[in-house]
Amino acid sequence: MTRSSLSSSFTVTVNGEPQLLDLDNRTTLLDALREHLDLTGAKKGCDHGQCGACTVLLDGRRVNSCLVLAVAAQGRSVTTIEGLGTADRLHPVQQAFIDHDGLQCGYCTPGQICSAVSALDEVDRGWPSAATADVGAEKITLDDSEIRERMSGNLCRCGAYVNILAAINAVAQ
Amino acid sequence: MREFGYQQVSDVETAVATLATSADARYLGGGTNLVDLMKLGVETPELLIDVTNLPLTDITETADGGVLIGAAVRNSDLAANPVIRQRYPAVAQAVLAGASGQLRNLATTGGNLMQRTRCSYFTDVSKPCNKRVPGSGCPARDGEHHNLAILGASEHCIATSPSDLAVALVALDAVVHVREGDSARAVPLTEFRRLPGDRPDLETTVEPGALITGVSLPGLPIAAASRYRKVRERASYAFAIASIAAAVEVSGGLVADCRIAWGAVAAVPWRATRAEAMLRGKPVAIESFAAAADAELLAAEPLEHNAYKVALIRNVTVELLAELTGVSR
Repeated sequence: MTRSSLSSSFTVTVNGEPQLLDLDNRTTLLDALREHLDLTGAKKGCDHGQCGACTVLLDGRRVNSCLVLAVAAQGRSVTTIEGLGTADRLHPVQQAFIDHDGLQCGYCTPGQICSAVSALDEVDRGWPSAATADVGAEKITLDDSEIRERMSGNLCRCGAYVNILAAINAVAQ
Repeated sequence: MREFGYQQVSDVETAVATLATSADARYLGGGTNLVDLMKLGVETPELLIDVTNLPLTDITETADGGVLIGAAVRNSDLAANPVIRQRYPAVAQAVLAGASGQLRNLATTGGNLMQRTRCSYFTDVSKPCNKRVPGSGCPARDGEHHNLAILGASEHCIATSPSDLAVALVALDAVVHVREGDSARAVPLTEFRRLPGDRPDLETTVEPGALITGVSLPGLPIAAASRYRKVRERASYAFAIASIAAAVEVSGGLVADCRIAWGAVAAVPWRATRAEAMLRGKPVAIESFAAAADAELLAAEPLEHNAYKVALIRNVTVELLAELTGVSR
């Protein structure tokens, strides 16, 4: 890549498949997924990192794909909602959202689910949150306030929060 | 968004040298602030130098019993680090009080210190702003300023620094390590960011093009009992309207030592040195805490819509100091 170049060719692994992309450097990871790889599960809500609808996993960690430049994700591994489960084999968090009616319109749901999967992983790794009473404690006790705090980066305009909380609680049990 | 070139670098020297070749290049960390500002047209770099692959991703213990946090350490990793959580809990708490899980997975330590104000006039290119366009004016003074500065502001700018992390760091004597040209320099965080004065466009005391390589915290026993408290307009995922990092050491009923810093009240993370001086040697009591906060707030210059912050930061200070010392209100 030459330094004057305003576009770049690079590879990103998406849902386990290496993808060769040649994109304007301005392209966000969200737009690369939606407009160039036809993965429209991740949604564009605010496009400013404030709503969480675009949440995907980057090297296994949840991120706002609207604030990641696709070119900066080169060589890394992305998991979208399409890579978490299939219609025949849903991810446990996907199944829990159905079982507990954790959605109304569904627009924020892919982001909610990717975020929840990653949040539960963070709990397993012992990461504290702002709701953790003792930040030095080695083990996290996952209660409603912990889940609400850890999911605060995902907004739901339909207000399905009560059932989203129930769905995540069910998976965490 | 303006078109831009993109370059990855693998060593600090190349990063700094590359930036120097361009009139308008920026270092790219997590991008959570910079990419957003580029979408808004506030930042228009011609070249981004991605510094996330630099070997600055470790948190290492130092010879003086402190820690050195690499500039590229992500916020999540900083808050999850066992040494930080045990010896500098206010730092972990401050990080966790900010942004969201998604943003903390991207945002870096160096980037956090360089993030820009969220003043709504700064982020709206259709409005005047002395910080964004020097000399264009400041509509905030007579406009929307309910979350802007009460300390250290000027007639030219009343913006606040939005960082939570920096408040905890400045309370605990953090030092910012920068690379400027061919040389490395260590700058106490208390001196790293500038108050606006008549040049609100200048935000730091380091050279343009300097790269933050890390932040160190000294070995500081008092820090092990430090705490961060944040007040905001909703329960989570919002910027502070007032915040405080503090630590107190008590001996024989008197304050032997203390650290106090405030957030969301100034353009810099505000180390409350007058309050600290007032409190040292005083009895551990509500009256002492209030007198210390009042001493610091003598310099406050509130405006019509942010005057509430004077009482708010005073009360939050009294409450946290009481909590840290076990004094009941």
